[in-house]
Amino acid sequence: MVTSATSLGRSGLHDWIIQRVTAVVLAAYVIYLTGFLFSADAIEYNVWRSLFGQVWFKIFSLLAIASICFHAWIGMWIVSTDYIKPTGLRMVFQVFVILFCLACLIWGAQILWSV
Amino acid sequence: MKMKFSIYRYNPDTDKKPRMQDYELEIEEGSDMMVLDALLALKDQDPTLSFRRSCREGVCGSDGVNMNGKNGLACITPLSDLKGSKVVIRPLPGLPVIRDLVVDMAQFYRQYEKVRPYLINNDEPPAREHLQSPKDRAKLDGLYECILCACCSTSCPSFWWNPDKFVGPSGLLQAYRFLIDSRDTETQSRLADLDDAYSVFRCRGIMNCVDVCPKGLNPTQAIGHIRSMLLQQGV
Repeated sequence: MVTSATSLGRSGLHDWIIQRVTAVVLAAYVIYLTGFLFSADAIEYNVWRSLFGQVWFKIFSLLAIASICFHAWIGMWIVSTDYIKPTGLRMVFQVFVILFCLACLIWGAQILWSV
Repeated sequence: MKMKFSIYRYNPDTDKKPRMQDYELEIEEGSDMMVLDALLALKDQDPTLSFRRSCREGVCGSDGVNMNGKNGLACITPLSDLKGSKVVIRPLPGLPVIRDLVVDMAQFYRQYEKVRPYLINNDEPPAREHLQSPKDRAKLDGLYECILCACCSTSCPSFWWNPDKFVGPSGLLQAYRFLIDSRDTETQSRLADLDDAYSVFRCRGIMNCVDVCPKGLNPTQAIGHIRSMLLQQGV
């Protein structure tokens, strides 16, 4: 058993499941949005606004943003533990990634609910 | 026919850094030989050339080397299988070199020890022996054959980056061999030992291990089974 403090999940399995579930959410979001773009007559302000004005789509979008953040957190953590060997540099990088992801999540929520 | 070889040479007592040395070997036209036989013939030319070998028939696993960029056992790899005008032989990648083609396997064995590669049964000892049905015994096929040559683990990038934390394909194949053994009673604690971000989950499914295994085993599949066992327990 190897301990890890800056990973998102509590265990290897936890990280593994989160990464797969978030991938499914992102795939669903991308497929829906692509379908919407191709089926809409014209993409203009009113169409865009009515899509993002619906609560369910706000929730769906927020879930997608959260999924990107968690997916990136786990992915970048793995990349950093593979390739960045000095402990100090690794920790700075990991903390930056975590704070950046959380900031994006908060900012995304703020943008979505301002519509 | 003259065959050209380029072999990794390093003697820490005299060399500042490793170098590649060229050799030539006369091979009878239309004949073939194993890489190990070629190495032995080259050692006759140059007795300072060092490498490990023992059984010379793919059973002991001591002559794992990197031939033209791919790990394998020198004793069961024919020269005719190696493409190109020159045969390039290097030690197994990722492990410290002791001398020439001889590597220090300590890190590899430490990971092997971690998975407790022996049967643990805490039940009352049976009068004669632990019995196993032919069906349960069949589950060990494709697992018990591992000869610990380290060809798989040393071809795995995840093992190169984290040899101290990632158990590696060979160790995980052995781990699954005991996880699936119907006579073993330590399945839960074995699984608990593996459920961190590195031991099993650092496998990224690159499958170099499957590509190089000289015994034709499939460590990636065994790792998938371990994941499934962890999943069944954790969901």
